[in-house]
Amino acid sequence: MTASDVSQRTVTNATGKIDAPVQGSWRSRRRQRRAEAAAERLSKPAASTIAIIIAVLWSVPTLGLFVTSFRTVDDIQGSGWWTAVTNPLFSPFNYRAALVDSDLASNFINSFAITLPAVLIPITLALLAAYAFAWIPFRGRNTLFVAVFALQIVPIQVTLVPLLNLYVGAGVAGSFWTVWLSHSMFALPLAIFLLHNFMKDVPPSLVEAARMDGAGHVTIFFKVLLPLLVPAIAAFGVFQFLWVWNDLLVALTFASNDATPLTAAVADLAGTRGNAWYLLSAGAFLTMLVPLVVFIGLQRFFVRGLLAGSVKG
Amino acid sequence: MSPRTRKRSTTAVAGGLGLIVALAGCASQEEAGVATSENTAGAEIASSEIDCEQFEQFGDIAGSEVEVYTTIVDPESQSFIDAFGPFTECTDVEINYNGSRQFEAQLPVRVEGGNAPDIAFLPQPGLLERMVATGQVAEPAQAVVDNVDEFWSEDWKSYGTVDGTFYAPPLGANVKSFVWYSPTAFAEAGYEVPETWDEMLALSDQIVADHPESKPWCAGIGSGEATGWPATDFLEDVVLHQQGPDVYDQWVAHEIPFDDPAIAESLATAGGILKNPDYVNGGLGDVRSIASTEFQDAGLPILDGNCWMHRQASFYQANWPAGTDVSEEGDVFAFPTPVIDEGVGSAIVGGGEFVAAFNDEPATQAVQYWLSTGDWANLKAQASQPGWFSANLELDASNLQSPIDQLAVEQLQDPESTFRFDASDLMPAQVGSDAEWQQLTDWIASDQPDDVTLANIEAAWPQ
Amino acid sequence: MDWFLDAETTAHKLALMVLAIALFALVMGAILFAVDKPKRVPQWVVVLGFLGPPVLLLLVGLVYPALRTLVGSFQGRDGEDFVGVDNYAAVFTNPELLLVLRNTVLWVVLVPLVATLFGLVYAYLVDRTRFENLAKALVFLPMAISGVAAGIIWKFVYEYRPDQAGINQIGLLNQLLVWVGLEPRQFLLNQPQNTFFIIAVMIWINAGFAMTVLSASIKAIPDDITEAARLDGVSGIGMFRYVTVPSIRPALVVVLTTVAISTLKVFDIVYTMTGGQFGTSVIANEFYSQTFRQGNEGLGAALAVLLFVLVVPIIAYNVRQLRLSEEIR
Repeated sequence: MTASDVSQRTVTNATGKIDAPVQGSWRSRRRQRRAEAAAERLSKPAASTIAIIIAVLWSVPTLGLFVTSFRTVDDIQGSGWWTAVTNPLFSPFNYRAALVDSDLASNFINSFAITLPAVLIPITLALLAAYAFAWIPFRGRNTLFVAVFALQIVPIQVTLVPLLNLYVGAGVAGSFWTVWLSHSMFALPLAIFLLHNFMKDVPPSLVEAARMDGAGHVTIFFKVLLPLLVPAIAAFGVFQFLWVWNDLLVALTFASNDATPLTAAVADLAGTRGNAWYLLSAGAFLTMLVPLVVFIGLQRFFVRGLLAGSVKG
Repeated sequence: MSPRTRKRSTTAVAGGLGLIVALAGCASQEEAGVATSENTAGAEIASSEIDCEQFEQFGDIAGSEVEVYTTIVDPESQSFIDAFGPFTECTDVEINYNGSRQFEAQLPVRVEGGNAPDIAFLPQPGLLERMVATGQVAEPAQAVVDNVDEFWSEDWKSYGTVDGTFYAPPLGANVKSFVWYSPTAFAEAGYEVPETWDEMLALSDQIVADHPESKPWCAGIGSGEATGWPATDFLEDVVLHQQGPDVYDQWVAHEIPFDDPAIAESLATAGGILKNPDYVNGGLGDVRSIASTEFQDAGLPILDGNCWMHRQASFYQANWPAGTDVSEEGDVFAFPTPVIDEGVGSAIVGGGEFVAAFNDEPATQAVQYWLSTGDWANLKAQASQPGWFSANLELDASNLQSPIDQLAVEQLQDPESTFRFDASDLMPAQVGSDAEWQQLTDWIASDQPDDVTLANIEAAWPQ
Repeated sequence: MDWFLDAETTAHKLALMVLAIALFALVMGAILFAVDKPKRVPQWVVVLGFLGPPVLLLLVGLVYPALRTLVGSFQGRDGEDFVGVDNYAAVFTNPELLLVLRNTVLWVVLVPLVATLFGLVYAYLVDRTRFENLAKALVFLPMAISGVAAGIIWKFVYEYRPDQAGINQIGLLNQLLVWVGLEPRQFLLNQPQNTFFIIAVMIWINAGFAMTVLSASIKAIPDDITEAARLDGVSGIGMFRYVTVPSIRPALVVVLTTVAISTLKVFDIVYTMTGGQFGTSVIANEFYSQTFRQGNEGLGAALAVLLFVLVVPIIAYNVRQLRLSEEIR
């Protein structure tokens, strides 16, 4: 939860505040700067080298896991993963054992079934709330907004037992519904805050113009604001996705056996198989696979979303 | 809280595992078994093997449904489901088997919310006590009590009893008083299995002299958040063997303080092995490495000759790599913790789970009855993976899947042998699942003196 | 009813998922349709339509549990008897809990500072270099990794094996020590350094995040500012010190505070690496242990409230910033 937790929050705040030093004519200069940058790029070989060395060092622990996941049980216990570099003996056995024998494939489906609604629902709700906070004047609006923002201080751990009580009372404990609902609740304060800042960035003249044309709130929301917010939604979507996919806490507390996602299943492998590092390393890499693909695939949107929020004009 | 189940359900790797361990409760009570999912097929169990008339005493229960709520999930759950087959064929009572990793968190919530299951398998007596305190645990039918009186020892019945009232018949069991060793390595070196603690220490010295490249003992008490529990098992084992069952019971009941001289003597005895740099930690490092070695990994150096003996429970058999021959002449096997005091003789520290009923419907009682029979124990044994056994005296050891299980059952059924339930499971949680783990970890990791260690644990005892 | 609660097959799960999304869309659609009559529907109905569902969820999911916890912090271990401030007193007097407080302070100071500093220097270093995107992606990568996976990954860095014939190191760091002729070390066991080795993992995860945000804001520095500085003869370190850092100061503050908040709440890294043993526990971890392992709900709740209290100034600061930017607008 830590990693994505941080990131979600920072995106939020970042978009709220990075704007200070940035002024209007930014976009027009951009093209020019690109050209200069291209020239400069070649002139910084030392910086490039250091940057790459650090990046490689940063990746070594992950590489270690990747290599380990292809090694045999005895090799993992008996020698360091780096010895595999000189003496490669790779086999997909661990992955087969993890996916087929330990049935992580079905947990993969669960992770998917949990993640999609748990990303869509809070984003939709947060968009609506953010719209209300940004464009519908009502009494106590600021107070309510600050209260919602401040709810970030509630540590998730605190909520688990009371929520579990509620779910059991309602007779829905253990189902996918409780997992979707819980993720949605926990995501809302951040999502509302972040999306509110993006909403605020939209020039009021656009909204006013639409209002003059007689458009209602729903029309303004869908026709005017939503198209402008796509990068922001993508940026938040990536983080919410990472958060839900990597979550262990909510899953362990609320998901029953049939709904257990990948993270919990891998953690459970650790619990039940003890020293089965061969399964763990393969399982851990499987859990990382989808977030990595999603992140690398959507990185462009994500950075654009950050930038869009930080250079509002 | 259930330290015992937690012991098996936690490792240091299990990131963010707080919940598996704690809130979500025990991941699985019975995963002691060699859990390979490819061979979960239970034995075919035919109803012809059992006498259907025994259920007539419960009247017309056909068509009813009974929910059995447990910590035991797939794949270990299959043999439980299979073992209900003959019962359902006889009675036409449908069993709704519900295994959940969140058992320990959800059971109290369900019970307090008025949504209790019909039957629950409780992993330790402390939880039974908590459930009885809610007032919702039903007393079993007389037939169940008769079964328990007949098939279990007095000790076992007492662990299912709260304040003098018997509530829950025992189900499965495990035995902690084992020392793992390699029979082939012993035979090669000409060593005999020691019969007494002194012989065991003499053997250790012998190994130090004969094999300077290895150490006689290996140990590991790492278990994530539950780090330290294997050390409490070690201490309990020594206390029972050295001070006898009476002192052990007083110790559990806090009639003597935790830092009583008797306990101090036993901690010193345990330290004679665990904190002796000549004896530990074969293939794993120095004394302090015990604290950071995962308990699952701790016995493995026996296989490559770096270590000779490892004290750990029967369920450790699940941790030997696939293909290891676990038998009396094989790669690894275990001998019972040797006698320390002749007056005490052989003794066993162990654990197990209990069957609580939350109503007195005839069908519920019939299920509870069925689980207390020898028929059930034997059918379950045949259907199970290695690692499952019961203290039911009717259980025929030949039905068990592994030699170590058979040895454990022989121990449990030996009338000469004293049995005591794992002390830390019976002590208050802040002692048995916290202070004792923590302090014994410091005892090893920071070389904290014996007296300080015991005094700190004593100080944690609730007033 | 069972169909909705117990999905066992893949098709069933996916069908349930689609149904849930459709149901949600339907309900929200109905609400929006109902309030989309600006002339006839009073304002408060519109607000209710937009804000009702999320606020309801927040009340149930966060506010109610938080209040329960606050009350619980003044109660005994089983959450029944009123014990006043005993739980808080325990936190500040018990030596083990004081160690937990000390560790928490170390975490909350070191992680944001080091991660942000690293992220800043790195973002400046890679800015407009040849492999910028690749280098940034590699550093950001740990952000995509769950706590479970991170724990397993670092196991193969810190793992200790004795320096003995026939035994190979399987932890990278100890192998490096052995290669240069030193004794292998128990990285996670030796106090007090072990806390720093665990903090390193959190920095490993968060540096990429700081780097991404700061990189975005460095790129957003208007060119006229850098040009003007360059004309004045500022370059290299001077540019970094006098132009870059002051220009992105708001972003720096944001990154620092947000990393600090998440560091306060972090628990799974400590849990994974040592289980809070060997003097490495932090508040979030201790809350867990007290509440769930030791059944001491009162003390656990007090620790959680302490967590709230520690985060409050940071949130308050952010709220103030928020207000300020509203006024500017």
